[in-house]
Amino acid sequence: MPLAVVLILLVVGSILFHLLSPWYFTELASNWSRVDFTMDITFYVTGFVFVAVNLFLAYCVIKYRHKKGARATYEPENKKLEYWLTGLTAVGVAAMLTPGLFVWAKFVDVPEDAHIVEAVGQQWHWTFRYPGEDGKLGEVDAERISNENPFGIDPEDPNGQDDIIVYNPEAHVPLGKPVKFSLRSKDVLHNFTVAQFRVKMDLVPGMNTFMWLTPTKTGRFELLCEELCGVGHFAMRGAVVVDEQGDFDTWLAEQPTFAEQNSRVAGNAAIGATQYGVCAACHGPQGQGVPAMNAPKIAGQSDWYLKRQILSYKSGLRGVHQDDTFGQQMVGMVAALADEAAVDNVVAHIATLPDNSLEATVEGDVENGQAIYTVCAYCHGGDGMGNQALNAPKIAGSSDWYMARQLDNFKTGVRGAHPKDYYGFQMGLMSITLRGEQAINDVIAYINTL
Amino acid sequence: MTIALGFLAIILATLLGWLLKQTFNAAPWEMEVVSDTAHYGPLGGTDKSKLIALLTLLAVVSSFFALILSAYALRMDLGDWVPMTEPQLLWTNTVMLIVASGVFQWTRNAAVKGQQGRLQPGLLITGVLTLGFVLGQFIAWQQLQDAGQFITSNPANAFFYFLTGAHAVHILGGLYVWARATLKVVLGTGDSTMIRRSIELCTIYWHFLLLVWLVLFGLLLST
Amino acid sequence: MSYVAYADRDHEQEHHDPDTFITKYIWSQDHKVIAIQYGLTAIFVGLIALGLSAMMRLQLGFPDDFAFINPENYYQFITMHGMIMVIYLLTALFLGGFGNYLIPLMCGSRDMVFPFMNMLSYWVYLLSVIILIASFFVPGGSTGAGWTLYPPQAISPGTPGIDLGILMMLASLAVFIVAFTMGGLNYVTTVLQARCKGMTLMRLPLSVWGIFIATILGLLAFPALLVSAIMMLFDKTLHTSFFMPAISSMGIDPGYTGGSPILFQHLFWFFGHPEVYIVALPAFGIVSDLISTHARKNIFGYRMMVWAIIMIGGLSFIVWAHHMYVSGMNPYFGFFFATTTLIIAVPTAIKVYNWVLTLWEGNIHLRVPMLFSIGFIFTFIHGGLTGLFLGNVTIDLPLSDTYFVVAHFHMVMGVSPVLVVFGAIYHWWPKITGRMYNETLGKWHFWMTFLGTYAIYLPMHYLGFAGVPRRYFAMGNTDFLPDSAQDLNAAITMSALFVAATQILFFVNMIWSLKKGPKSDPNPWDATTLEWQTPDHPPKHGNWGHHLPEVHRWAYDYSVPGYKDDFIPQNVPADAAPAGREHDGDQ
Repeated sequence: MPLAVVLILLVVGSILFHLLSPWYFTELASNWSRVDFTMDITFYVTGFVFVAVNLFLAYCVIKYRHKKGARATYEPENKKLEYWLTGLTAVGVAAMLTPGLFVWAKFVDVPEDAHIVEAVGQQWHWTFRYPGEDGKLGEVDAERISNENPFGIDPEDPNGQDDIIVYNPEAHVPLGKPVKFSLRSKDVLHNFTVAQFRVKMDLVPGMNTFMWLTPTKTGRFELLCEELCGVGHFAMRGAVVVDEQGDFDTWLAEQPTFAEQNSRVAGNAAIGATQYGVCAACHGPQGQGVPAMNAPKIAGQSDWYLKRQILSYKSGLRGVHQDDTFGQQMVGMVAALADEAAVDNVVAHIATLPDNSLEATVEGDVENGQAIYTVCAYCHGGDGMGNQALNAPKIAGSSDWYMARQLDNFKTGVRGAHPKDYYGFQMGLMSITLRGEQAINDVIAYINTL
Repeated sequence: MTIALGFLAIILATLLGWLLKQTFNAAPWEMEVVSDTAHYGPLGGTDKSKLIALLTLLAVVSSFFALILSAYALRMDLGDWVPMTEPQLLWTNTVMLIVASGVFQWTRNAAVKGQQGRLQPGLLITGVLTLGFVLGQFIAWQQLQDAGQFITSNPANAFFYFLTGAHAVHILGGLYVWARATLKVVLGTGDSTMIRRSIELCTIYWHFLLLVWLVLFGLLLST
Repeated sequence: MSYVAYADRDHEQEHHDPDTFITKYIWSQDHKVIAIQYGLTAIFVGLIALGLSAMMRLQLGFPDDFAFINPENYYQFITMHGMIMVIYLLTALFLGGFGNYLIPLMCGSRDMVFPFMNMLSYWVYLLSVIILIASFFVPGGSTGAGWTLYPPQAISPGTPGIDLGILMMLASLAVFIVAFTMGGLNYVTTVLQARCKGMTLMRLPLSVWGIFIATILGLLAFPALLVSAIMMLFDKTLHTSFFMPAISSMGIDPGYTGGSPILFQHLFWFFGHPEVYIVALPAFGIVSDLISTHARKNIFGYRMMVWAIIMIGGLSFIVWAHHMYVSGMNPYFGFFFATTTLIIAVPTAIKVYNWVLTLWEGNIHLRVPMLFSIGFIFTFIHGGLTGLFLGNVTIDLPLSDTYFVVAHFHMVMGVSPVLVVFGAIYHWWPKITGRMYNETLGKWHFWMTFLGTYAIYLPMHYLGFAGVPRRYFAMGNTDFLPDSAQDLNAAITMSALFVAATQILFFVNMIWSLKKGPKSDPNPWDATTLEWQTPDHPPKHGNWGHHLPEVHRWAYDYSVPGYKDDFIPQNVPADAAPAGREHDGDQ
């Protein structure tokens, strides 16, 4: 008897849970309402079966549970009943399948007027490419991929020259226009998922896959990788921003083309030296860092990383958190660098400074730190030298007190909290591995030995 | 995957045909007296057990090769496939394997007729020829290596090494059973019925592997 | 001594009875001992996998609190948890364990047809388990590529255990397949060749049918795993490009060209989908027998049940790509595979109806095995229905790779078969050990397991709807998930830990029963099938004493009108059944 009651309660409870659950589909932001519709049909059919069969089960348990003197009926089979049940099941299945197939037919058939956005996945980063004026994407080749040409675009292909390069995990698309996402991976499998769009597709190295949708809401929608791609899988995030056409056009015009990227002039160290005076006040003339001024060592740091950070300060991605006192100071200082060229120049000068080793100031258990560091090593390298292909800066030989403070900032969300600071957010997720202050000290003590 | 599916369809259809015969009209709850052989397998009583087990094993091995061939067909379409020129030695090897299979059949017939004197030469010749085949395959590999056709050179090469290697491993497995039977014949131990059965089963296995080889070789030549 | 299987016992046979401890319990060729060896080993690795899942749940429920879990070992845990549960626990337990124990007893034979090969099968299986466990301790640790081992990540930098870890995983799988093939040849041959006199195929209990068809599926499907494992091994060690395309891995070109990761997925799921039914079909069969026995009623629609098993088995080979709707394969395949997948729901639904209809007008004894069986019906309905969401290609778009998938396959392939495993162990425990277990403790075990697992997996589906991806070490802050999603995750973790802990009840019960349990009747459930009719209790080596049984009726003669008892064992001749008054009140 308790069993039957429990079965009934489970049926009722499941339905209530379904009806009352605050955990359900996010609000739809694409044209794929048909997916939700197919889902609803399936819910009705399966819900009916779930309730009917389980209540009948409960009824049987109540009615036919063993009583003294009872005896079961002998009935080997009942063809008529079985045929009826088979037939009804087949009808139910067809009712679910048919709309599903029609919607799928829509999904595999990309509208002619869909514009193309290429999403390129890599461990653990999203980048995007838009065809330029000519509407065609240039040829790509995995073997051409390098830090200078992260998309592997064929420089000889005229179609590729005007391709618009977005080397950060944020794509923009215009509202109300069908968009075909052409998907490509540099290394392993990934999956392009925006929950609000309902559709997803894998990125497969060695081939191009696709999916399409028409955005129906403006806003910023989180992009997730949903195919296991290694230890950083959960930290491979990005966003698709749906803009009004005008905003989209403005945004697109600000992005560099492949040709512009290639013709960019390298930074001039001599000019940079003159601008470095401002920096030297805190970071020291040799860029060796001055702990008393809370200024870390910058000499020896990778140029691409320095540039990204200076630009982050300039664009308000970093140093805006109210508890980030030193970051806020830095925001004021980088204002001295007028434009990207100025940044390039000063970074070029920093590259000429000598990379002297520092005294260790953080103490910790090196052995434990080494164990923790195995996860860090995936991106920053076993030697802590960083890897530009993974957007991971060099950490060996850096100011240890500074790294300790930054790790703490990442953990507490002081750094990486800005919605557009994808790299900071990523590091924030990775820093979950460091449980407590001691762990931070231990891992830094180990990094000091590198 | 059509190759694997086609193969599976054959296996399942065979099984289904037999099952249908067994069950279609049965109403098992009715008390009926069944025949004395109703509990036999598809080929008969208990003395066919090893044959059933062997045939099942052959189905498993066929599934294995059918799946490699499916992968072969899928991989071939991917653009970087450069057909390989097979070493001429393979023809010699093929002839050796055909003769080995034939001699095994002759030995089997002798065993069935009780011509014990023919067993030893028959088995030894089969063994030598089969070993010759395996050795020949190995030499063919060497020739390819010398010609710069390495396993990494091209997917066609990789499949060639994989298929021939997998086939050779199955031959070696057969040679283990062959060696046990031959040892008994040479030493004069073991009872003749057991030896005869062993030879019968080995013969089927040899014919099967010959068939597999002919399919593989045909495919390798034609692509 | 293969002739033991069919020769009647004579002096010579007595001579071969194992007499030392070692031949009796270690190098035993007795199918019952091998079954127990298989069972214990499988349960042992299963407990390791359970421990791994507890650690994963700790991380998911409380992402900031446990220092011993980092993303690297988290991914190793999920990989090993999945692989162990699917292959080394469920496949080995249902076929190696229950298959070994039940086939000869239910078919009325003395042993498997090839006892030596049967023994070898176990030891090779043990070797595969040892290799698997050893891979935890090699440099770099075990592989963390997910149980599907998809290339390129399984053998590319960025994934844990890409050196010895993955090599040992693949080696262990290859060894397991060898073990399975040896066992499988035995099961098939025994069912076909060694049934006792009068045992036609249609008189076989459904347990044997389920195990038999599952074995055939395994024999034909495991080669696909072997082929893909070997090819991946080549890609890893010899640098071929079967599956590996040209890539730039962490800024370095590893030198592969032209391979196809999708090819691996086709091969893997060509094995992987039948694998689902390799686990499910024995569970279907066994639960049918439990329900029939404890409801004192013949299984409803036996013929339909047999044919449903066969149809599900056959169809399971043409649905594999429903695991790959969003894998980037040719999208037009979606139409075909969605259709075949939903068609397979029909025979599956028939099985469910027939279980429930067996209870209808039955005489249901709610003993522990029956509780687990009814629990199974409930969870299986739930898991089966959610499968219709994922199988329908359109609905798979938002749900694939989310917690919905995880919840679905744990419900249908985890909880449901495990409930059957427990039901079956309780059911056959008196036969295996000759002792009864504690009924009350058994009922507590059922209630906690059943309700606890439902509390884990029902809410998990809804996290999937909300969009929580599977295989995430941590979610962090997101815009699209309510903050309460993390609370729900924590609640799921609590349920999971609770369920894991309550399994202690099971072990306590079993150990208590072995030491102090009351001696059981030879046929405590008044069952009809042959294993309950052995002359010795528990059955001895050779199973049947001096004479093999002879079968005169099907396996489900329960409550036959015109007979006094409400069951007639299969070996009772037509004219010897105890006729009497229709029924006299207290059977």
